Amino acid sequence: MPEYNRTWLPKAEQFAGRCPAERPETDEPWTPAQPIDGLDMSVTLAGMTMKNPVVVASGTFGFGREYGQLYDISRLGGICVKGLTPQRREGNPAPRIAETPMGMLNSVGLQNPGVDAFIAHELPRLRDIDIRIIANISGNTPEEYGVMCEKLSAAGVDMIEVNISCPNVKAGGLAYGTRPELAAEVTEEAKRHSTVPVMVKLSPNVTDITEIARAVEGAGADAISLINTIRGMRIDLKTRRPILKMNTGGLSGPAVFPVAVRMVWEVANAVKVPVLGMGGVSNGRDAAEMMLAGATAVSVGAACFADPYAPVKTVDELAQIAAEQGLCQVSQLTGAVRPW
Amino acid sequence: MKVETKCKIVQKVWLNQDTVYMVLEAGSIVRDTCKAPGQFVHIKCGEGSFLRRPISVCACMEGEPEDTVAIVFERRGTGTDWLAQRACGEYLDVLGFLGNGFTMKPEGRYLLVGGGIGVPPMRGCAQYTMGRSTAILGFRTAQRAILLDCFRQECAQVLVATDDGTMGHHGFVDALVRQVLEKDRDFTAVLACGPKPMLRSVWNVAKEFGVPCQVSMEERMACGVGACLGCATPMADGTMKHVCKDGPIFPAEEVDWNA
Repeated sequence: MPEYNRTWLPKAEQFAGRCPAERPETDEPWTPAQPIDGLDMSVTLAGMTMKNPVVVASGTFGFGREYGQLYDISRLGGICVKGLTPQRREGNPAPRIAETPMGMLNSVGLQNPGVDAFIAHELPRLRDIDIRIIANISGNTPEEYGVMCEKLSAAGVDMIEVNISCPNVKAGGLAYGTRPELAAEVTEEAKRHSTVPVMVKLSPNVTDITEIARAVEGAGADAISLINTIRGMRIDLKTRRPILKMNTGGLSGPAVFPVAVRMVWEVANAVKVPVLGMGGVSNGRDAAEMMLAGATAVSVGAACFADPYAPVKTVDELAQIAAEQGLCQVSQLTGAVRPW
Repeated sequence: MKVETKCKIVQKVWLNQDTVYMVLEAGSIVRDTCKAPGQFVHIKCGEGSFLRRPISVCACMEGEPEDTVAIVFERRGTGTDWLAQRACGEYLDVLGFLGNGFTMKPEGRYLLVGGGIGVPPMRGCAQYTMGRSTAILGFRTAQRAILLDCFRQECAQVLVATDDGTMGHHGFVDALVRQVLEKDRDFTAVLACGPKPMLRSVWNVAKEFGVPCQVSMEERMACGVGACLGCATPMADGTMKHVCKDGPIFPAEEVDWNA
C-alpha cells in the first residue's frame, strides 16, 4: 500500500439550514442473524434439499468468487452460476449495461469461460463450500445441451438449469424459450443426458408462459425457474443512439418484480413441478411474496449490484417474516396466496 | 478484501458549476482495500438510482480518528445530481476501493496526463511520487480547469491545455505530451485518464518515444466487483476484460484501440 502524504485541501463549503444526517447505528453493512428456534428454513426443490430457499441468480454472482470476499456464501441455499456454453464466449460489445427506473438493462451475451474450464477451475472450489450448486447452461442445438448435461452431471453439480430464455444471443437462447415444441425438445435432450435434476428457465417474453411451462413439464423437467429478463431498450437523447451496443437488452431489478410474481403464480398453478421464482427479488418481503405466489425457492439477482449483501439479508429477513407469521417451516409460504 | 461501509461527508466544495470535490471519512477502507492510485469507489446514489456510481479516488489522507478519501465527480445525470446535493454530515454507502490502480514504483518519475474529469484520479499518482512527476492536464476551457493548485504543489511541472485556448496550450494534451517527451523521455511511464480518443492519442505518442503507457478506462458498470460482466472492454488479443475487476488501469498496448 502506498503511503500518502497529508496534502492541501480546499476549504469546506458551509451549508446553512441543513441538518447533518444521523450517524448510522452500525458501520457493519450486515450482521449475520442467529437461527430462529423452532423455524425450519430448509426447502426441497425437485429432490434437492437446501438449507434455506434463497439462491443467487445466474449471471449476477459470477462463480461466487467476488461476493465471497465480502461474506460467507454458505449462508445461502444455492448458487446458480454464470451461464455456461460448450465453448468459451467473449460476449457482446460494450456498453452492456443501461440503468432504468428501479432496474437495469443488460446485454452481456453469455460471456463465460466454457463448461470445461468451469468444471476444471471453478467447480472444485465451489464444491468445498456448503452450498447447492446449480449449473446454468445454454446451447445452440439440443445436442449441445445434452453434452453439457453429461459433463456437468459427472462433475457433480447438484442441479442443472437449462437456459432457453437468454434475450442477448442470436442462436438458440430465446428461440427455444418462445416455442413450446422446441422447449420440449431441449428439455428431453437435457433429461436424457443428466443424472441430476433438470430445471428449465423460462422467458417472460411470450404471450402465455403457462403453455411453455406445461410443454417442459411434459418433456420431463424436474423444476421450472422464472423469469429471465424482459426485453427492453433505452435511447440517449443527445446522440440518438441506443445506450446498449446491441440496441436492446434484458430488463431486471425491482422494476420487473410484479411481472415476475404474476408469472410465477400463473406457472405454479399450471404445473405440478416446483418453481424457483426470480425477477426483482431484493429483500425478505419480496422473497416471501414470491413464495406465496407459488415459488418453492427464490433467486436474488440484480439486487446484488445495488447492495452486495442483498442475498444474505434476504435469508435473514425471510426467517424473521416466517417467525413473525408463526410458521414452523418457511415452506409453508409456498403457494399460500389467497386469491380473490 | 472488499469493504462496504457508511462514510460521512466531511468536506464539500464546488470546483466549478458541475464538479464537486468531496472528502469522506473512510473508516477502514483505505487501510483494508487501497492498493494503488487509480482505484475507484462504488457509491449508492439514493433510492432513485438502482445502480451505484463508480467514482475514481482523487486522494487518500491519513487522519484521526479516521482516514479520509477525496473524490471528485461531475454532475451528469440523476445519480451524480443526487450525490452533488448531499451536504457535509450526511452519510454515503460506499463500496471500495475497487479495481487495480496504476502499477507504480515509489521511486519512479511519471508523466501524468489527465483530461477533464479524468484529471482528479491522476492526483493520487502525483502524491505517490511527490514532487517528481510531471502533469499535463487538459480541459475544454479555462473555466473548467480544476485542481491546478494541488498538482502544482505535488508535481515538478504542470502543463495545461484547453480546447479553446483560454488557458495554456491551445489544443489537445497529446501535443504537450509530445513536447515534453521530445526534450526528455526519461519517464518511468506515461499514466493517463480521460476520454478514450485522448487516451489513444496519448498512447500513440508514448509508443513513438518508447515510453511505457498505462491508461484508465471507463465503461458503464453495474456490480463493480467482476460478478455481472457488464463493463467489458475489448483487448487487442480479442478477449474481453472488465473495467471493474481487471482494470480500470490497463497497459495501453493491451487495449483494442480500434474497437
